[in-house]
Amino acid sequence: MGTETEYGVLAPALPNANATVLSSQVVNAYAASVRAGHGNLSGTRWDYTDEAPLNDARGYTVPRTAADPTQLTDAPPVLDAEQIAMEGGGPSALYGEAEDNSVLMNMVLGNGARLYVDHAHPEYSSPETTNPQDAVLWDKAGDAVVLTAMRHIAATPGFAPVHLYKNNTDNKGVSYGAHENYLVPRSVPFTRLVAGLLPFFVSRQVICGSGRVGIGTSNQRRGYQLSQRADFFETEVGLETTIRRPIINTRDEPHAVAEKYRRLHVIIGDANLSEVSALLKVGTTSAVLSMIEDGTAPQIELRDPVGALQAISHDPSLTTLVELKDGRHLTGLDLQEIYLEAAAAHARREGGADAATEDVLSRWSSVVGTLKRDPMAASAQVDWVAKLRLLQAYRDRDGLDWNDARLNLIDLQYSDMRPEKGLYYRLAARGQMERLFTDEQIAAAVTHPPEDTRAYFRGRCITRFPAEVIGASWDSIIFELPSRRRLQRIPTREPLRGTRELTGELFDVSADAEDFVTRLLTGPEPTVAP
Amino acid sequence: MATQDRRKTGSRPQEVEETEEVPTPAGEPAEQSSAQTEGVDDLLDEIDGVLENNAEEFVRGFIQKGGQ
Repeated sequence: MGTETEYGVLAPALPNANATVLSSQVVNAYAASVRAGHGNLSGTRWDYTDEAPLNDARGYTVPRTAADPTQLTDAPPVLDAEQIAMEGGGPSALYGEAEDNSVLMNMVLGNGARLYVDHAHPEYSSPETTNPQDAVLWDKAGDAVVLTAMRHIAATPGFAPVHLYKNNTDNKGVSYGAHENYLVPRSVPFTRLVAGLLPFFVSRQVICGSGRVGIGTSNQRRGYQLSQRADFFETEVGLETTIRRPIINTRDEPHAVAEKYRRLHVIIGDANLSEVSALLKVGTTSAVLSMIEDGTAPQIELRDPVGALQAISHDPSLTTLVELKDGRHLTGLDLQEIYLEAAAAHARREGGADAATEDVLSRWSSVVGTLKRDPMAASAQVDWVAKLRLLQAYRDRDGLDWNDARLNLIDLQYSDMRPEKGLYYRLAARGQMERLFTDEQIAAAVTHPPEDTRAYFRGRCITRFPAEVIGASWDSIIFELPSRRRLQRIPTREPLRGTRELTGELFDVSADAEDFVTRLLTGPEPTVAP
Repeated sequence: MATQDRRKTGSRPQEVEETEEVPTPAGEPAEQSSAQTEGVDDLLDEIDGVLENNAEEFVRGFIQKGGQ
């Protein structure tokens, strides 16, 4: 599993700045920071060979001509000279040592992640991990990566500071995503995934929404709601991610052996600041997916999933009832409790869950229990509660109405990535947010890949052979070696290979990139990476 | 309280023990409530100093292009 975060981007001193240029500044600034620290050239071309964003999990492919331009994510973005000139100092000035003075739009990082410009936002896509705790750790590493980039831009003469926000809307009609990806066996029918996930995704925001001031895509009504994203969803199932957003996304682009796996691309989540919220988001979803795989997921059908999603989001008291097809009326918390009990029973049937799952189940149970007794008591764990508690304190002290701009500012600044400005970080510094990881653990995850997936192979190749690795993607690494006329593309289509266990020794014994590739292709186990 | 709930589920893995020191905000005894109010005042004072100047203009200027 893994996460993707599109950050909100703003240069307050440049009110008309091009967002794509600002986003590329973030990528180039990070490249410069890495080079300053390690002496490595870290920009790496993205290998688009295996990208297929128009393949639909329901069994067909959308023709390119019928797709929205924003769906064509399998072609590299380019900045034209005019866009760059508009901003004065171009992004390449941040990273001026690139041989052709070109602007980096993409990097593959030593921790196996990807940092790139996606549409008009900088995006960090975490490396692949095998458990929810690691997924959260390497998601938080992304926040540290972009902070480093922000600091570099702010310290570079001639550049205006760029602020990044880990949120999902500008409250003016626009939303951008925080996606999750889960590897699912291809043998599980997609219809079963849809049925099992719809009521879960509709209610999941109760335990891991990030909270938002305002109701409606453009804040048409005043008030507070649980989710950043709920108001931007229009359908139950679909291929698009930027328009007519669906609760279940059908993009079938596995980035892995397609006959064995699908990648469930979840677009409905909020970007989380709270580590516990993030863990609940990916951990409970994993637990539900394993029930779906085994055919033990609760059989619940909502009368109107999109309406229920928004109704639940709009009620911080958590008492709103939504209707099931069988006529029952339940709250979002009731729905979560049904899934929680089923997941606990599932674990018991399996003879007890592994430690990572047990941790998720106990935290899930704890947070649902707290929310049932007093929602505000979950403020150390749940982002929307932490934010609401802060907003309510301001409302109480200053008598502010929900349409007061200061409350909108608190909402925005909760997600500011700078620890001295970000309100989540201010609360955490006071011990008011429960932490799962130390800052040292997060810093280590910035430079080290997870050891039990192919991210290990990718990350170590990037760090160890920066001059010879000239391209990479989720399922390939491309070497350019002086001895070989053609580029050497190493496929990594099996996510659970390329681990430290399988390739660690190969890295240790290889003298250089030539030696490494030769050993890899001719060694006793030639398929060690793929 | 969250910690008690978790205990009920039994077999907690050791790796999460280190997160236990975080206080849950609700349910403090009454004699602590003035200290609690003081804590909130202190928090809001800190945040007053951190918030961007001119909230209305700043929020209006936060305009994003669409994403996924």
